[in-house]
Amino acid sequence: MKAFQKIYTKITQITKATCTLQASGIGYEELALVHGRLAQVVKIIGDAVTLQVFAGTEGIPTNAEVTFFGRPPTLKVSEDLAGRFFNAFGNPIDGGPDIEGEEREIGGPSVNPVRRKQPSELIATGMAGIDLNNTIVTGQKIPFFADPDQPYNQVMAMVALRAQADKIILGGMGLTNDDYLYYKSVFDNAGALDRIVSFVNTTEDPPVERLLVPDMALTAAEYFAVENNEKVLVLLSDMTLYADALSIVSNRMDQIPSKDSMPGSLYSDLAKIYEKAVQFPDGGSITIIAVTTLSGGDITHAIPDNTGYITEGQLFLRRDTDIGKVIVDPFRSLSRLKQLVIGKKTRADHPQVMNAAVRLYADAANARTKLENGFDLTDYDQRTLKFASAYAENLLAIDVNIDTDAMLDTTWGLFSRHFKPEEVSIRQDLVEQYWQSEG
Amino acid sequence: MSQNTSAIGKVTGIIANLVIVEVDAPIAQNEICYIQHPEAKLMAEVIKVLGNKAYVQVFESTRGIRTGMEVAFQGHMLEATLGPGILSRNYDGLQHDLDRMDGLFLQRGDYTDALDAEREWDFTPLAQPGDTLSAGNWLGEVTENSIPHRIMVPFKMTGSYHLKSIVEAGSYRIHDTIAILTDERAREHPITMVQKWPVKQAIRAYREKPRPFRLLETGVRIIDTLNPIVEGGTGFVPGPFGSGKTVLLQAISKQAEADIVIVAACGERANEVVDLFTEFPELEDPHTGRKLMERTTIIANTSNMPVAAREASVYTAMTLAEYYRSMGLKVLLLADSTSRWAQALREMSNRMEELPGPDAFPMDLPAIISNFYSRAGLVYLNNGETGSITFLGTVSPAGGNLKEPVTESTKKAARCFYALSQQRADSKRYPAIDPIDSYSKYLEYPELQETLSKNIEPDWVQKVDRLKNILIRGKEAAEQINILGDDGVSIEYHLAYWKSEVIDAIILQQDAFDEVDCNTPMQRQQYMTDLVLEIYNHEFHFDSFEEVNPYFKRVINQLKQMNYKPFQSDAFEQLRKELDKLLAE
Repeated sequence: MKAFQKIYTKITQITKATCTLQASGIGYEELALVHGRLAQVVKIIGDAVTLQVFAGTEGIPTNAEVTFFGRPPTLKVSEDLAGRFFNAFGNPIDGGPDIEGEEREIGGPSVNPVRRKQPSELIATGMAGIDLNNTIVTGQKIPFFADPDQPYNQVMAMVALRAQADKIILGGMGLTNDDYLYYKSVFDNAGALDRIVSFVNTTEDPPVERLLVPDMALTAAEYFAVENNEKVLVLLSDMTLYADALSIVSNRMDQIPSKDSMPGSLYSDLAKIYEKAVQFPDGGSITIIAVTTLSGGDITHAIPDNTGYITEGQLFLRRDTDIGKVIVDPFRSLSRLKQLVIGKKTRADHPQVMNAAVRLYADAANARTKLENGFDLTDYDQRTLKFASAYAENLLAIDVNIDTDAMLDTTWGLFSRHFKPEEVSIRQDLVEQYWQSEG
Repeated sequence: MSQNTSAIGKVTGIIANLVIVEVDAPIAQNEICYIQHPEAKLMAEVIKVLGNKAYVQVFESTRGIRTGMEVAFQGHMLEATLGPGILSRNYDGLQHDLDRMDGLFLQRGDYTDALDAEREWDFTPLAQPGDTLSAGNWLGEVTENSIPHRIMVPFKMTGSYHLKSIVEAGSYRIHDTIAILTDERAREHPITMVQKWPVKQAIRAYREKPRPFRLLETGVRIIDTLNPIVEGGTGFVPGPFGSGKTVLLQAISKQAEADIVIVAACGERANEVVDLFTEFPELEDPHTGRKLMERTTIIANTSNMPVAAREASVYTAMTLAEYYRSMGLKVLLLADSTSRWAQALREMSNRMEELPGPDAFPMDLPAIISNFYSRAGLVYLNNGETGSITFLGTVSPAGGNLKEPVTESTKKAARCFYALSQQRADSKRYPAIDPIDSYSKYLEYPELQETLSKNIEPDWVQKVDRLKNILIRGKEAAEQINILGDDGVSIEYHLAYWKSEVIDAIILQQDAFDEVDCNTPMQRQQYMTDLVLEIYNHEFHFDSFEEVNPYFKRVINQLKQMNYKPFQSDAFEQLRKELDKLLAE
């Protein structure tokens, strides 16, 4: 910081989220302090500099003191980040000391695509809905598409703990205080707190502050993944609230909204965050698991829609009324990177078993529709229904915790119990090897 | 273009990646300039001029730019560098070589050369001193990855020239003078192996553009058999996310029978580009047996790279394609996804406060898209040889809704439509191209019908029509069964449905991840088409509808196993025999 800072005291324009003043020599995206609140330069036209005030402009007078930092937002990075809780500005909120370390600009440059490595290491979660049907790989980015009432925070916390990551970085945006405390206690109880770094904006904080959270979390992630070659898992919850904050700002800046009143740049804004997921050549990786809450399951809304085009698949949770448990929906969920590991890092029969099981589960759904419409079921239909409920109970339910080989064996067992080999349509040599003929 | 190549301006405003520059010297629309940021020179392009203010879009992050910074205008538009050594390279959207950049991260202003200036090429002259030549005529050739790379009279040279002298066969670097041309006023023009061309303008150094007439094999059955694409054709693939656009495009990029493949990864996932970087140097071109990377150039502007360069990336890719087409080569150009490019246009138009068209896209979007697609095509070069650019683009419609502006504009411009259906993707019927909604206009071209009858068989087009009719009938039967119930319809409906299912499972569905099934040559497609039509014509006798389903499942299973075995191998023939037995039951 400069020794003699120029103090401006003449604001010429104030809106709900921005204020404008005459200033010169200011850099784009530079940080400023307006009336004691943090702000960032979002527009410069001649001498008129427009600042986005993160905490909102309530009560800011036109003669408020404005000072510029001469730099964009930064985060101090070092080993000391581990085990700590921060707000959206990277300041500790756990009562601990300030972090000493190298000061890095957040939202830094992208990885050169030719320096990336193809992801190839699977992340085991123990849940067959994920490991068997939608295997997640290090360096992947994948969100849960969930309605607000679904237990996505619990599932994410569980995935994070089982994933055996070197560091878990939580980026909380508009997290309720209860959920924040939930994460804290789950990690604490698991004795994992020293592997966790949290940047939290709760519902009690101003919404625009959220815009800094993903960049803070990912700057910390890059530090651990690049400097220490660590496997870093980043949890972002909830990206819908992040996008809402984007639309508030663009609205205040008089931008023409595109679909669903979202800014036209929504795709690029989200991509900049998700594309930080990467497998580095020296072993470090950043994997992003996020949550995008839906309204009424509508995935055509601009937020989930743009997200789906950016992320490498998406996971859906659904309550299976047949077994009365929450399952990972095999139809709508998809992990795009699973092809890189299934049948390669896992057993050779994995791809075909996975597809056959989902196909039979789909046949069961058709049979159920038939039943609901009052038609008679064939013998095959009856068998698919029995298969489906066992499949959901023993594999898809989120309380399942077994390894991939056990998942495959269980599935073969269900095939053998309910079907004839030609009904599952799997390559002959695999059927010969794994079919569990009844003894 | 402005003659004043040293115009200097000053930054007076910054809104995201739009920068306003005050400049008093003459400048041109689309002129390139560099903003002199103390860390690095940042490249930008003029997109609007208002009085003495130029609005420039910066191809980099604008963080830290201040008012008063100097801006140097370059006197030319965004240009591609054309010469030997483009193949096998990985470029960013502005044709900077990604492999030559230092470090893990892309530093702004790290602009690397497109071509290797030091490498020597074995040049063989093709033209004789005294020849009369014009732009695009071949002067000589070098061998680039075993592909004959023609060195041409630069496209920018208008009028006709005499070849005064040309070097003898031997090793030369790209900047060495290899020929001297003289114009009508006897002025001499030294020619090297490298030339530049503004990417937003089409290269028109050819004699004429006929209607395409030759099939371009992709090895994807639902395309080649049902909705074929042609050499010099255009097509697009719209589909919601998760419907398999990228997998399909990657399969085509690996298997298509093209001399050159240019892939523009435009605003898509970086990991998908990494797939290409990782696999292409390993995988073999099924037609020549050489490594795929040898015939491929990748232009990567992934979704986290600067938005303004996204638009440039598709134009750069098209210009490289036009360059290779002028050598008489078959070029396949793939762009994934053109929607991201349209979105980049929208972001910029929004920042310039233009009045928006539908969904806030710029009003001239349809014109921009159709203009771009029109650059593809088959051409007769000045020497009578043919060259072609086949262009396939994906579209990512917002919310999967095909009535959005990008899809609608593209539908008017492209001749093949491969609609990916969410329903087919959900039931894992890949590639999820809807067989009934999709079309290839080329199938109606008498020119193509003629070559198909000659190269495949005389009544091929009729057979394809029959396949389509069977599929439509099957769909209707399925609807009836759903409404009336299994026992509410006659057995004929079940038969119609299951016969269409045979075609669906055996011809339409294809396993892109199986070594054998992923790529089906035309001869095998013909064999399987005959086989499914034979099954269709077979007389079946069932006593009740309950027998139909299990029987056809066995037939389909048998045929599927055939798809997984090498064509006409022992295992394949054995399965065929078993199938015949099954049919005789």
